[in-house]
Amino acid sequence: MPFEPFSTLTSRTVVLAQENIDTDQIIPARFLTTTVRGGLGKAAFYDWRFDESGRPKNSSVFNGVNPATHQVLVAGSNFGCGSSREHAPWALADFGFRVVISSDIADIFKSNALKNGLLPVTVDVATHRKLLASPGAEVTVDLERETVTMSDGATTPFRIEAFARRCLLGGVDPLGALLNHLPAIESYEASRA
Amino acid sequence: MKPQSLFDKLWARHVVVAETADAPAVLYIDLHLIHEVTSPQAFTALAERGLKVRRPDLTIATLDHSTPTLPADSAGRLPYGSKEAEQQVAALIDNCAAHGVTLFGIGDPRRGIVHVIGPELGLTQPGKTIVCGDSHTSTHGAFGALAFGIGTTEVGHVLATQCVMQRKPKSMRISFTGRAPAGVSAKDMALAMIAQIGADGGQGYAIEYAGEAISALSMEARMTLCNMSIEAGARSGMIAPDETTFAWLKGRDNSPKGAAFEAAVAEWRALATEEGADFDREATIDATKLSPMITFGISPDAAAPVDGIAPAARNENERHAADYMRFNAGRPFAEAQVNRVFIGSCTNSRLEDLRLAATVMRGRKVKAGVVALIVPGSEAVKRDAEAENLHRVFIDAGAQWREPGCSMCIAMNGDEGAPGDLVVSTSNRNFIGRQGKGVRTVLASPATAAASAIEGRIADPRPYLEKTDAV
Repeated sequence: MPFEPFSTLTSRTVVLAQENIDTDQIIPARFLTTTVRGGLGKAAFYDWRFDESGRPKNSSVFNGVNPATHQVLVAGSNFGCGSSREHAPWALADFGFRVVISSDIADIFKSNALKNGLLPVTVDVATHRKLLASPGAEVTVDLERETVTMSDGATTPFRIEAFARRCLLGGVDPLGALLNHLPAIESYEASRA
Repeated sequence: MKPQSLFDKLWARHVVVAETADAPAVLYIDLHLIHEVTSPQAFTALAERGLKVRRPDLTIATLDHSTPTLPADSAGRLPYGSKEAEQQVAALIDNCAAHGVTLFGIGDPRRGIVHVIGPELGLTQPGKTIVCGDSHTSTHGAFGALAFGIGTTEVGHVLATQCVMQRKPKSMRISFTGRAPAGVSAKDMALAMIAQIGADGGQGYAIEYAGEAISALSMEARMTLCNMSIEAGARSGMIAPDETTFAWLKGRDNSPKGAAFEAAVAEWRALATEEGADFDREATIDATKLSPMITFGISPDAAAPVDGIAPAARNENERHAADYMRFNAGRPFAEAQVNRVFIGSCTNSRLEDLRLAATVMRGRKVKAGVVALIVPGSEAVKRDAEAENLHRVFIDAGAQWREPGCSMCIAMNGDEGAPGDLVVSTSNRNFIGRQGKGVRTVLASPATAAASAIEGRIADPRPYLEKTDAV
């Protein structure tokens, strides 16, 4: 499944300071009966954005958020914990997010995000605190250089696993690379038979 | 050669292409379990590339997440929660038929929750790598397998190649010293472990559980503990196979038979962690000090002894949780009124769990006004429980005895609580809204859940277990 390549992005942040935001918050289970991966942006953080009758909540931090200008989600630690549902990064990406920044991102969510053009960035605690304290701030995320730069010029490094980084930069699903290993897979199977 | 851990051995044996600075390892998968919710888009990805399922013989499908737990009507129609749920089930049936994948569908005596049927059919075995598009795949680690949850893109990778690309995680050993006291179950051990290391304490690690209290556990109990590894952030949790494991596997449908079984046991025995093996991190828990546990917050690490007192919030995150859960700080948990009890899920829906719940409920009544749902993990568990008349115990107590499935654990099949309900649940996640909009979930063992159903408030199960050797 190809996606838009990621190189560098300058955009504003949406801040969700809460810790342990699980994938049930990102997309409630009742939206998982779909058999396609598109169109899930409307379900992203649904119960945070809408009340019982489906009206936007006055208190929601998503009010006034323009997905075209606010493409960086900054969240509390252990973001994306819980269920392995890939619907979570599908929903966030379809909503318009291209980057998630936290001090700590759950393993399966991170793995899923990387395969869908959504860049999961883990930064040090001090940078994280600064980002949490400045909702709407403009940041530049550079995947080539692996840096986050804030509007005051402060630059913080991050690391993305080398292979996933290449896939993101190229906008390619790693399945192609895996299929290239089929001869090795066949000999592995033969060696165990 | 350097002493190796169980995890080192499992990993090394499945490396097809070694990892380098530039690329992760290509890791071979021995068993791929699929279900209706996380597989349709993977089959679509395969179709887009014109690929077929490479090893249908290593792929097993079941229906569990969105299936109803109420029986079919007189016309044979199942009461699906939505049209979409029914279509999702139909998609898996079609995909399995098109690719020659064995499906345990509605009416099949082998159907059940994916993490319950793998072990009970003997498909889950020591030494295997097992994946599923479901985070609770860690359950299968109880058998000395390397088992972890994957996303749908990776489900597609495994369907197409029987492999995943991954870097080797770090390793952590969690040792439970001494024996757990009577009335303390594996669920309580799991909640205590998560409370100690935190909901992200296992992030980046493969966990091995060891120690006297682990060796003493039944296979069902080991599955409960390994199941909850992901609630500590670890994709996998495992326990070295031993005599308990071998005895449990002997004679299962897909277990090796006769001399082949003895040969397999010899291999499985050799998987155990060697003396002096390195772990990146070690943690120790004194099992003798443990109590029955419940959760009081909105993350599984907010856990405390059931006979304790609701703590005051110390920061903004805890205040947010406390506002949602509405326990009275400084007052005993036992004062909290319960609206609903759910006994089921891949964490606690096996025969042993139901026996324990029945021990507590036998000859007693569910408190008026409390709805109690008992949902067996599989058709086999249901048959076995009914053969022991456990269903009669539950029905006589006023609880509902349902058809197998994930039910209120994920609440996507129509089984859910009402807004504001306090639900004592044997499942694995107390997240906001997980069991229905506005539902407040308290995680607990089957004994604690059953005792809470009887008393209509959060209840310590130990008085109900004193005259038995149930735990």
